[in-house]
Amino acid sequence: MAASPDIDIDYVANLARLALTDHEKEIFSRQLGDVLRYIEKLGEVDVSQVEPTAHAFPVSNVWADDVPQPGLPVDVALQNAPVQRDNMVVVPVVVE
Amino acid sequence: MPSNLIFKTAAELAALLEAKEVSSVELVRAFIARTKAVDGKVRAFNSFDEADALAQASASDARRAAGQARGALDGMPVGIKDVIAVAGQPLTASSRMLANFISPYDATVTRKLKDAGAIPWGRLNMDEFAMGSSTENSAFHPTCNPWDLGCVPGGSSGGAAAAIAAGEAPLALGSDTGGSIRQPAAFCSVVGLKPTYGLVSRYGLIAFASSLDQIGPLARTVEDAAMLLGTIAGHDPQDSTSFSTPIPDYRAELKRRRGPWKLGVPKEYFGTGLDAEVGGAVKAAIGFYREAGCEIREVSLPLAADYAIAVYYIIATAEASSNLARYDGVRYGHRSKEATDAIDLYFKSRAEGFGPEVKRRIILGTHVLSSGYHDAYYLRAQKVRTLIRNDFMRAFQEVDALLAPVSPTAAFKQGEKSSDPLAMYLSDIYTISLNLAGLPGISIPCGFTRGGLPIGLQIIGPPYEEAGLLAIAHAYEQGHDWHTRHPSL
Repeated sequence: MAASPDIDIDYVANLARLALTDHEKEIFSRQLGDVLRYIEKLGEVDVSQVEPTAHAFPVSNVWADDVPQPGLPVDVALQNAPVQRDNMVVVPVVVE
Repeated sequence: MPSNLIFKTAAELAALLEAKEVSSVELVRAFIARTKAVDGKVRAFNSFDEADALAQASASDARRAAGQARGALDGMPVGIKDVIAVAGQPLTASSRMLANFISPYDATVTRKLKDAGAIPWGRLNMDEFAMGSSTENSAFHPTCNPWDLGCVPGGSSGGAAAAIAAGEAPLALGSDTGGSIRQPAAFCSVVGLKPTYGLVSRYGLIAFASSLDQIGPLARTVEDAAMLLGTIAGHDPQDSTSFSTPIPDYRAELKRRRGPWKLGVPKEYFGTGLDAEVGGAVKAAIGFYREAGCEIREVSLPLAADYAIAVYYIIATAEASSNLARYDGVRYGHRSKEATDAIDLYFKSRAEGFGPEVKRRIILGTHVLSSGYHDAYYLRAQKVRTLIRNDFMRAFQEVDALLAPVSPTAAFKQGEKSSDPLAMYLSDIYTISLNLAGLPGISIPCGFTRGGLPIGLQIIGPPYEEAGLLAIAHAYEQGHDWHTRHPSL
């Protein structure tokens, strides 16, 4: 397999929007290096004639009628919001 | 002196309720008392709502008194893994991220339980976001194995299996993405069934890996698991991956289907790495079927045995990294108080809310999906997944079901594998391929080690053949008394 068994931990953590401590970066790099080296064995398998499986039993084109359904009342939908005001979720300033 | 109700099977309890020899309130009181007495040691529960359970029990008793009981499970408490939504109750996934989350709605399985009169009972501990094989990854506390408190109960549905083994619940719902119902069932000497992908709705189940996750029953006996499966199975428009198929009366089918069956033994599942005592107990179970007149055939699953774990840890982590992107500190869940701006809010809320195993899997899943790696890892894994499924489907052209171990060893010690993720991942070797292939599998008790730890037998069936699978398991259970033994706590 062409992929390298090393993770660029800063690059990947940024993609995942996950702040890691230096200690976590060091441990995860080592542990996931072990896992990636183990995963390398998939390179042994000839998959040139094989279709990928996304779901074990492909069910495609599941349509629903385009009819409005009742949803959660606003107060219930917002009951777990960390900060809310006037039926809205409050977030830090995004645009000055 | 514990109540004589707590170790009865759900079928026995249903008969007592039906005959009005016991009320639902008495039954729920017995499980509350037992939980208060032993859960300080076992720690199977994250929380339970005593007043709510008793109110539902009173309502059940009133229905029964009016001649309006809704069936065998009316008035029966059912423990719920803390990853399945029950309206108005906590839904934490054993994560700091959701420590204060209250579910605004019922999962489809919860609604079906309530429609049948059953009583959702407590929030059962698990590995955080169902990621783990020992319940040590719970952000709140580990759960202990009732058979040996120094050992893990398995995972991720460790709380569900331990609660039944300890007499804290007669039935429970768990979820299984790579073995998370079957392995804890084996470690705790209870029955655990992972249904075919799509048989049970995932609506209201917190997503880990959406192409692998299934909800299923844990129970004392195969008959009890059949009752609970019949209650939760069926097509659901709210889950577009749920499958439309007739749901038989699984409990009635147990009596109708008596074999003999053609049973396959995958030769690769009995090689190096399998503990001798576990292998011996599973081989003895195979001998039981042979003596009962079943034809036993050796089969081969070369791809499943060698590559399932590698495929799983690409596909499951890829799907998890996508599913867990929703925990961003904005609309619900943990929000960091240290954030300087909106983007920083994501980074810090996720850093503070997720535990180490969840972070590890998000990083791995993000890596295997990232530009330049996608084809080498994710696409290749999906192709090998096809080959693994082909292995099983080829075997099912010859045999009705497969017999295998659940886990290479009995329950391991707390802390033994928690610092070595790869060793922990490898302990799922016999269960994980079923999720990749979407197949049903059941774990039933088949003995104990000399040290007194439970051993499980796994029976694997073709898609949507749960009725046959349960009948095969039931035949073994009828010839053995493992399910009548209980840990002393």
